[in-house]
Amino acid sequence: MKKLVFILSVVLFVFTIQAQETSIPNVEIKTLDGKVFNTSDIKNDGKPIIIDFWATWCKPCVQELEAIESVYKQWQEETGVKIYAISVDNSRSMSRVAPFVNTKGWEYEVLLDPNSVFKEAMNVVNVPHVFLLNGSGEIVHQHTAYADGDEDELFELIKKVAKGEKIED
Amino acid sequence: MKQSLLIIFTILSLYVFSQENIKGQLHGNFNIDVQQYSEDTIIGASKPSELILMNAYGNFNYTYGNFSAGLRYEAYLNSLEGFDKSYNGQGIAYKYLSYKNQKDLGIIVGNFYEQFGSGLILRSYQEKMLGYDNAFEGVKVNYSGIRGVSFKGLIAKQRLFWTVGDGIVRAIDGDFSINEMFQLENNTQITIGGSFVSKFQADKDPILKLPENVGSGAARLSLSNGGFMLSSEYAYKSQDPSSDNGYIYKNGEALLINATYSAKGIGVYLSAKRVDNMSFRSDRGQKINNLNINYIPDISKIHTYTLASMYQYATQTNGEMGTRAEIMYKFKKESFLGGKNGTEISVSYATAYDINRVSANDTTAIAIKGYDGYKSNFFEIGDELFYNDLNIGLHKKIGDKFKLNVEYLNQTINYEQLRGEVDHSGNKMVYSNIGIVDLTWKIKSKRTLRFEFQGLFTKQDKQDWAMGLIEYTMAPHWFIAVYDAYNYGNLHSDLKIHYVNTSVGYMKNSTRIQLSYGKSMEGVICVGGVCRVVPATNGFALSITSSF
Repeated sequence: MKKLVFILSVVLFVFTIQAQETSIPNVEIKTLDGKVFNTSDIKNDGKPIIIDFWATWCKPCVQELEAIESVYKQWQEETGVKIYAISVDNSRSMSRVAPFVNTKGWEYEVLLDPNSVFKEAMNVVNVPHVFLLNGSGEIVHQHTAYADGDEDELFELIKKVAKGEKIED
Repeated sequence: MKQSLLIIFTILSLYVFSQENIKGQLHGNFNIDVQQYSEDTIIGASKPSELILMNAYGNFNYTYGNFSAGLRYEAYLNSLEGFDKSYNGQGIAYKYLSYKNQKDLGIIVGNFYEQFGSGLILRSYQEKMLGYDNAFEGVKVNYSGIRGVSFKGLIAKQRLFWTVGDGIVRAIDGDFSINEMFQLENNTQITIGGSFVSKFQADKDPILKLPENVGSGAARLSLSNGGFMLSSEYAYKSQDPSSDNGYIYKNGEALLINATYSAKGIGVYLSAKRVDNMSFRSDRGQKINNLNINYIPDISKIHTYTLASMYQYATQTNGEMGTRAEIMYKFKKESFLGGKNGTEISVSYATAYDINRVSANDTTAIAIKGYDGYKSNFFEIGDELFYNDLNIGLHKKIGDKFKLNVEYLNQTINYEQLRGEVDHSGNKMVYSNIGIVDLTWKIKSKRTLRFEFQGLFTKQDKQDWAMGLIEYTMAPHWFIAVYDAYNYGNLHSDLKIHYVNTSVGYMKNSTRIQLSYGKSMEGVICVGGVCRVVPATNGFALSITSSF
């Protein structure tokens, strides 16, 4: 137990002296057609990126992505933002993701994380969980759960990031 | 092992501290669940002698260039009702050190999770809601230096509460994208894969001669062309007498096929599977959710509404044959049925039966311990029905203010097979009809009211149920919800109980806090076809999650 306290204090010390800006971990997930996708390939030419963890069985997740879908074109025109929708459906339901997404007509980059490797590397506890990355690929904001209207707040933050402004979380 | 990892971890942290110009990153999360218990003999809620119980954990992941290290501290003081009491205690349950260069090579020592293909012969993962954690502890290497090809290999033991299991797992897996390997430019994407998993466990049985090494192999294929996609996996396992299969000497087999077609506005999903004697654990004597090496996905539809998930199906690893078909369709905006915003409908049907079994030879009966067990025709469906689920759903946005979700379900479940006992009215099969209306009303910007009405109608088990829920959300931070699930149809008048529960939640960035009070029903929580029995509870519950 003493050791644990020691370790944690060292870790926290290191944590406090280090800069908070981060890039995303490098793990292997899958594309909808079954190819291996390396998360270091999440890129958007220096423009903002959204990484949204969701699942077909998660109603708030689907509501959030539906709400964003209706304004996504406008978001893209104004800020150039790109959305990666990472499905954490496991092998029970992951084959259903492609027909689910296409029926809804979503235009996001949809990727599969069936064993929650990326989810855990990003320290996500529950879905939906949204990360906003700036043009340098650093996480500048994250948000869990969804309530109607959250997408408007998110868009305000995206606009700031697109202009290169700092976000105060 | 634990001690030395911690020391290396510390050195790494200090090393980073001394290197000012290279940035290390620490991230992690916390999750705390506390429940206070009051006794309620009518609903069957018991009061443990501790009065208050807690499950909690914190993950810390530290990354420094190509290196990372992490640990998870867990505390079950004592574990919540419904979770295995073997978790009671606290300590570092998960720790690792890893190196990964940019693209091709990765090495990890310590704990890790892994899945090969769809998991038929290997999947380790954790699901805290189930108290499920079969993490590996050992060494894993992956290599993807050849274009279109990736390999993984591991040798490890598995987590069993606060220790590791007896058996050793040795496994390799390869994934080959044909199009990338040969730089094909055609529209058909082909990916193939294969894996081999072997476990070792010493034979200490005084009577039976048990195989100490059990091997399994799997091959998979996925094809896609435009809107068509096919993915399938076949797995085979050598003789593996275990407490799950009653110590029979029979090989195991599993086949899983998924086919989908989709275009904008339409999706079709077909799935079929057959499982025969495919329980696979690194300790042949273990039961329930302990020390599973593999994971057989359940192909029934996932239901999240309370009454729709009252009679859930769970994978039957000893044998099952199942199919599922679903059609999703979106009527376009401005069409006759689509209206102003479009209308989505879906129809899904899933069913599962036992496999057929005949005696392996003329002299032994089916499934006698120490013998071949049985023979099973691969294409023949057994007589026993396990599960049936017809599900029709409608999803529509009405104007700018309302969203409507309507579902009808007709379910049949083999209660005795799934729960190991007859239902509360003494029946083997439970037949139910379920209706759900879910209406969201956007009162004004950032203020939402949501109503749920659910009804479950059955002549078996606890008879009819009705449920209502009201949820008021003040975005972005607050919500409050009240529900009442009423077992009005129960044949015993003193068991016509209202389960009333209130909750209030606060959310900010990546933190969520929820406090609830009330009664909750006994039932089964299932995630991915793996289930945990949840006892009835009465009292306060507090849940805090946060990521950083």
